[in-house]
Amino acid sequence: MAILGAINPMLTVGLDGDRAWRLADYLTRGGYRALRRVLEGKMPQGEVINEVKKSVLRGRGGAGFPTGLKWSFMPRSFPGDKYVVCNSDEGEPGTFKDRDILRFNPHSVIEGMIIAGYAMGAGRGYNYIHGEIWEIYERFEEALDEARAAGFLGTNILGSGFDFDLFAHHGYGAYICGEETALLESIEGKKGQPRFKPPFPASFGLYGKPTTINNTETFASIPYIINLGGEAYLEAGKPNNGGTKLFSVSGHVNRPGNYEIPLGTPFATLLEMAGGMRGGRKLKGCIPGGSSAPVVPAAMMMDCTMDYDSISKAGSMLGSGAVIVMDETTCMVKALERLSYFYYEESCGQCTPCREGTNWLYKVVHRIENGKGRPDDLDLLASVTTNIMGRTICALGDAASMPVQSFIKHFRDEFAYHIENRKCLVPVDVQRAGSGFFTATV
Amino acid sequence: MEIEIDGKKADVPEGSTIMDAAQQLGAYIPHFCYHKKLSIAANCRMCLVQVEKAPKPLPACATPVTNGMKVFTHSPLAVKAQQGVMEFLLINHPLDCPICDQGGECQLQDLAVGYGGSASRFAEDKRVVFHKDVGPLISMQEMARCIHCTRCVRFGQEIAGVMELGMANRNVHSEITSFVGRSVDSELSGNMIDLCPVGALTSKPFRYSARSWELSRRRSISPHDSVGANLTVQIKNNVVKRVLPRENEEVNECWISDKDRFSYEALNSPARLANPMVRVDGALREVEWTVALDYVAHALRDIVADSGPDSLAFLGSPHSTLEELHLLQKLARGLGSGNIDFRPRRRDFSADGKLAGIPWLGLRFAEIQELDAALVVGSFLRKDHPLFAQRLRQLARKSGKVSLVSVTRDDPLINLHAQLAVAPADLPRALAAIVKAAAALSGGRAPAGLENVEPCAASEAIARSLLEGERRAIFLGNAVEQHPQAAEIHALASSLARLTSARYGFIGEAANSVGGYLAKALPTALNGYEMFAQPRRAYVLLGIEPELDCHDPQLARAALAQAALVVALTPFADGAQTEYADVLLPVAPFTETSGTFVNAEGRPQSFAGVVAPFGNARPGWKVLRVLGNLLALSGFDQTSSEQVRDELVPPGSLFVGGLDNGLKGGEVAVSVRRATAEGSLQRVADVPIHFADPLVRRAPALQMTRDAALPTARMSARTLGSIGVTDGVQVRVRQGSGEALLTARLDDTVPDGCVRVAAAHSSTAALGEMFGAINVERA
Repeated sequence: MAILGAINPMLTVGLDGDRAWRLADYLTRGGYRALRRVLEGKMPQGEVINEVKKSVLRGRGGAGFPTGLKWSFMPRSFPGDKYVVCNSDEGEPGTFKDRDILRFNPHSVIEGMIIAGYAMGAGRGYNYIHGEIWEIYERFEEALDEARAAGFLGTNILGSGFDFDLFAHHGYGAYICGEETALLESIEGKKGQPRFKPPFPASFGLYGKPTTINNTETFASIPYIINLGGEAYLEAGKPNNGGTKLFSVSGHVNRPGNYEIPLGTPFATLLEMAGGMRGGRKLKGCIPGGSSAPVVPAAMMMDCTMDYDSISKAGSMLGSGAVIVMDETTCMVKALERLSYFYYEESCGQCTPCREGTNWLYKVVHRIENGKGRPDDLDLLASVTTNIMGRTICALGDAASMPVQSFIKHFRDEFAYHIENRKCLVPVDVQRAGSGFFTATV
Repeated sequence: MEIEIDGKKADVPEGSTIMDAAQQLGAYIPHFCYHKKLSIAANCRMCLVQVEKAPKPLPACATPVTNGMKVFTHSPLAVKAQQGVMEFLLINHPLDCPICDQGGECQLQDLAVGYGGSASRFAEDKRVVFHKDVGPLISMQEMARCIHCTRCVRFGQEIAGVMELGMANRNVHSEITSFVGRSVDSELSGNMIDLCPVGALTSKPFRYSARSWELSRRRSISPHDSVGANLTVQIKNNVVKRVLPRENEEVNECWISDKDRFSYEALNSPARLANPMVRVDGALREVEWTVALDYVAHALRDIVADSGPDSLAFLGSPHSTLEELHLLQKLARGLGSGNIDFRPRRRDFSADGKLAGIPWLGLRFAEIQELDAALVVGSFLRKDHPLFAQRLRQLARKSGKVSLVSVTRDDPLINLHAQLAVAPADLPRALAAIVKAAAALSGGRAPAGLENVEPCAASEAIARSLLEGERRAIFLGNAVEQHPQAAEIHALASSLARLTSARYGFIGEAANSVGGYLAKALPTALNGYEMFAQPRRAYVLLGIEPELDCHDPQLARAALAQAALVVALTPFADGAQTEYADVLLPVAPFTETSGTFVNAEGRPQSFAGVVAPFGNARPGWKVLRVLGNLLALSGFDQTSSEQVRDELVPPGSLFVGGLDNGLKGGEVAVSVRRATAEGSLQRVADVPIHFADPLVRRAPALQMTRDAALPTARMSARTLGSIGVTDGVQVRVRQGSGEALLTARLDDTVPDGCVRVAAAHSSTAALGEMFGAINVERA
């Protein structure tokens, strides 16, 4: 059981026991009640979308776009095929919540997708599962079989006349396939490269048909919204930040893992739930929303509440809710080097600023970390990031730039020290003593 | 939609991009990946511009215009973005311009002048990309120069119809490569060299032979296929160094085939004939022009006096110019002979007397894209007509239904609506089935003689496609023109066209297939087949090698061997002609003479010589004119090729007159039957793209391509089994008195009961008719 704690949980209620993921268990937890309510109650499509709008559920994949609004973009009356796609290509370093949702509560995702399909008039759904969590993919296939056998998927679901089928599709671990249009390309059997937008998936998506793509956690939240009602769901969080959310806490804490808390819960509370700082050391900084979110220094972070607006005010992003905690033993240059390496490696190579820029960023940071920094390197990094940001086909260029900008902004002294003295400001033995999330090399 | 770019206003149709609008306004936006004929990739990011109210710069190539949009292409925001992209493009680029073939004609080099910095801020190691070998035409030796615009990839997918190059790997390690170990074999591949904005893909034959600024550019017309592709021929020191497409949207768009592009190598071949040669005591000796022409004039006159004008035969090539063919037929007729033709691969001439006009394509090339349905009959589409096939490919990509009925199931790389492959002897029957289906579907009257023909599902699907939509066309390919029942297929096509209100026509075998008719290089006595079947005493050959270019090379060789006089007007001094010719007269190929080709759509395209003739070679029309003078014939007083042309084409005509595919004398009754006896094998002869004419046969790079592979005996598994042979076994292939030793190959695209053995190759030149009976046995 890797859901380590919760405050007023929804998604993770009753997930103890190793059969929680089974259909029978889900049904005893009230599973598929929302679907029955929608289909047997002949809830109009618009009303379903309205409920979601009222809940102010914001996309849990990272961008935080209001889900109800996204659903309303779908041309419901378009006569041809339409698709709903679930993005379970959870590749952002620090994020591991969707894996646990699929591992312990896959039917909530299935139910959410069926309801979404109904609301948007889509007859077919795909769940794109990250290629490096194979057993989760296999489990999801089993859950699909259960749902099909129980009549929740297929033709004439629950006698409503609504047909919907759902398929699992696994990737091969490329981070870029978590970008929604690259994900669509990948499902189509092509190389995972983002498409230029417009056209947006709502008008030209999978196989050129209207498509809505949501995150796993977003779909998983839908049954709870239908059951509770949109307003009640919103109240579980805070205004403009509806509901509860899973946070993946990793790094220098005593109990790294997933925690479900209402949006708006103070960071300090979350840190406490995660067992506090390891070894009682001081917090140095925190990346609050997955590796692409700007780092926030300790003092600012301790003042934040965990919701989209508060984190945004601190100059970062709630993102996917991956909280990477770094204590005072962390060398920020080394940390940034690792992050930059990730974005350089995972750039799809399609468009110029990202392909060339991420590589350049990594090479410069790598050089600084290895004692070969130059006095004007920090200005160069800043300049390269501005040349990448906003000039690329997808957001990976921005994602690669924001850590660089924020690390240098908040920890400039440490970088300057590294360039000047050709070694870490945090002594290497201290780093090793931290035995932290980022391992030190000697 | 109204848009304002840098203060200039324009109205553009809905769906236009900022790039479209800028081109309409004549405003230049720098770009690399954008190409008007390819899909939008928006990956180079060079065309970033500032759009009012947009927080970020947007790529002009991919951003749709909205009403009232204001665009700034040179604002500080836009220029900063463009400069940023240029810096990224240059950091890993080798900057080896001084030794790069693209230097001087490189988009990256040009734009770097405008947007690049004078020094690099990139102090790291540059990317190294391993070279690739993709065949004899495209050099991918310096792939570190690649800027990943993917134009070559998109060209393959969208224009050539086959993805032979792709971008492997990701991030900065992305590289353009072929599938492991494969070469790039598309017959349009050379266009990728033009599309490459940098020096990553360069021309292998041209590499390091000249710098672009040393070259003079001259306009010309391709002498190969019936499209008449417009060319820019680049020369240095009176030598043709390179051939590039010259854009003409109505003809070749901006493409040319590899044959058009690389055949120039033959112009500089060591086999070029420099001086006239006359056979003296069994050996060819170089002589003066006056001697050679006197010899020919006297010999022709003597033979006429001796055995009458009917003992002369004149054979031109469909690759000869309009002027040459016109003067050749004047010469023949002046001497009193009606044995003149320019269609050496034809077998069935029975339509000749019934033609209402000049056979042609039936519509203009530019109209193809507007068709709703098209049917191609009897064609090795890709290899016979690369650019025409490309137009059909685009049609099928868009929405048109393209069907193919032919003698093999070759993949034309077109998304076909239906495909039928039948033995050549069954080709009339297959077309008849479509005619019958069309008659049944439309309630029209089928021509008499089709009582025993049963439509199949595919023929019904094809007939239905031809009855739907507004515009449809039927195209008859080379295999129809060369077919033993060509006239019957022509009549069937005419019936099908009547029933479906489709237009129909011939794609045309060569650059001047229409021009030959216009020049009346047509028989009034023996035709191109009969003149060899009934051997003559003297032959005058113009730009043709009968042992390779004739329907039945066996017959041709025998006839030439027994002739008292064979005069060959040829640019080359090699090959079998050195055995059978008594006189070799060096005539200029298309780059060294002025002339005119009339393409399949009836468009006369005149061109001038781009270099001086090699050695003592002379333009063919001049040689024929002087011969006419020496023979004291009338009508040979022209002083320029234009005067010759003007006798046929009124000056200034965009298209020639008299084009008509109709058959006189009402509907011709057809009698569909099997031509070969049951049980015997039938030959299917294609004319491989790089053996199709004397020029390409001598172009070394083209001869190294896969399209120039040695002919084999290709058969379906069932045919192979029926003669007890397996793939890879040596077989003895016999037709008439001749035979060839070939390797048997399993090829299920060949219909059962057929053996595909290519024509036009020296290894099969001993064989007989292209679609005749053939015997195959283990060697």
